[in-house]
Amino acid sequence: MSARFEPAIGRYLHLDLLGKPHRLYVEEAGSGIPLLCLHTAGSDGRQYRGLLNDARVTKNYRVIVFDMPWHGKSSPPAGWENEEYRLTSRDYVRMILEVSAALELDKPVVMGCSIGGRIVLHLAHEHPEKFRAIIGLESSPKVDPYYDVSWLHRPDVHGGEVSAGIVSGLVAPTAPDEGRWETLWHYMQSGPGVFKGDLHFYMIDGDISGKLDEIDARRCPLYLLTGEYDYSCTTEGTLEVARRTGAKAVIMKDLGHFPMSENPEKFIGYLLPVLEEIRSGRQASAA
Amino acid sequence: MLDQLAARVNADANLVRRGRHVNTSFLIAIDAADHIVRIEHGRIVSVTPGPFITPNYAFALRASREAWEKLWSPTPIPGYTDIFALVKKKLLRIEGDLHPFMSNLLYFKGVIAAAGQPRKEAA
Repeated sequence: MSARFEPAIGRYLHLDLLGKPHRLYVEEAGSGIPLLCLHTAGSDGRQYRGLLNDARVTKNYRVIVFDMPWHGKSSPPAGWENEEYRLTSRDYVRMILEVSAALELDKPVVMGCSIGGRIVLHLAHEHPEKFRAIIGLESSPKVDPYYDVSWLHRPDVHGGEVSAGIVSGLVAPTAPDEGRWETLWHYMQSGPGVFKGDLHFYMIDGDISGKLDEIDARRCPLYLLTGEYDYSCTTEGTLEVARRTGAKAVIMKDLGHFPMSENPEKFIGYLLPVLEEIRSGRQASAA
Repeated sequence: MLDQLAARVNADANLVRRGRHVNTSFLIAIDAADHIVRIEHGRIVSVTPGPFITPNYAFALRASREAWEKLWSPTPIPGYTDIFALVKKKLLRIEGDLHPFMSNLLYFKGVIAAAGQPRKEAA
């Protein structure tokens, strides 16, 4: 095999975020409508490399992926050693808006998975006018804790190994081994306590079930794509969001909680019609 | 249901390597039928069926036969593909000293998967 570079370009963005100087790692590929992608809890932007490398996506979309602070190749802010990392709805919304503004994105499409699939519901609720369309992957209004998250951050248990062990069952059993294990590798590389800190948003602070009826997909087109094997963000949860907001929902066969990284080819097959509908401006709300 | 467990785990060199630091006993309950699985350096050295008078084990996984059969189905059933999926549905209970279990979670998921019908699993 001859050596080659991928089309994606990665750079470090310096900006003030949540009132502090930050250094974020940002990758992008393609041109056209900006598509801002949000990774899952305890992982990073590498999850979207399938999209960044797919010409069917990048010919009409500028795919942009950033590692959240504490994640991937982004740094935590100076002084991080003196605080416990805990993601909140308020900070997460502000972060996305501030990154979008720093990149001077004009009404991007925003797409997030898991915690990203939850926060996009908050964006649909609070800031629908700022986005061309919103895509939630593995979106549910809330997830009650179903294990003791303190196991994710203690010195006598390897945080990467236990985090990968926790999420391994969320990958579809039908996923190719390469996609499954790459997805788990990202979890194995997460910093201490970062997955646990993200789950503060996912399982406690980010519950949006009481506000779903205030989201209106006519104000900003809302699409929900959920894998049939996801038992964290369940298909029932996604369909409830769709029913109460007017979003379009698709249940994806043979996919789990990490569609874009566990099986990119299968996922992109579901995503392309959504991207094409957004691009054509023929969005029809209500499933 | 656990007839093949030891042979399958011990034949999987990669799984044994993953569990090379595991030395413990744990209990699998299928309905009211208890089994104690003894592991040394990642290899299963015994699977002992109950009943027990004074069972000695670190942690237990307890579920109905119906729940285990769904987990171990050769055709994966959405919502029943992982022990934590069953825990979330309150169909499986994990109790006892969870430290050996959680600190070797990918290994134990592989062991549990080996008890079922062959299919692709994350271990």
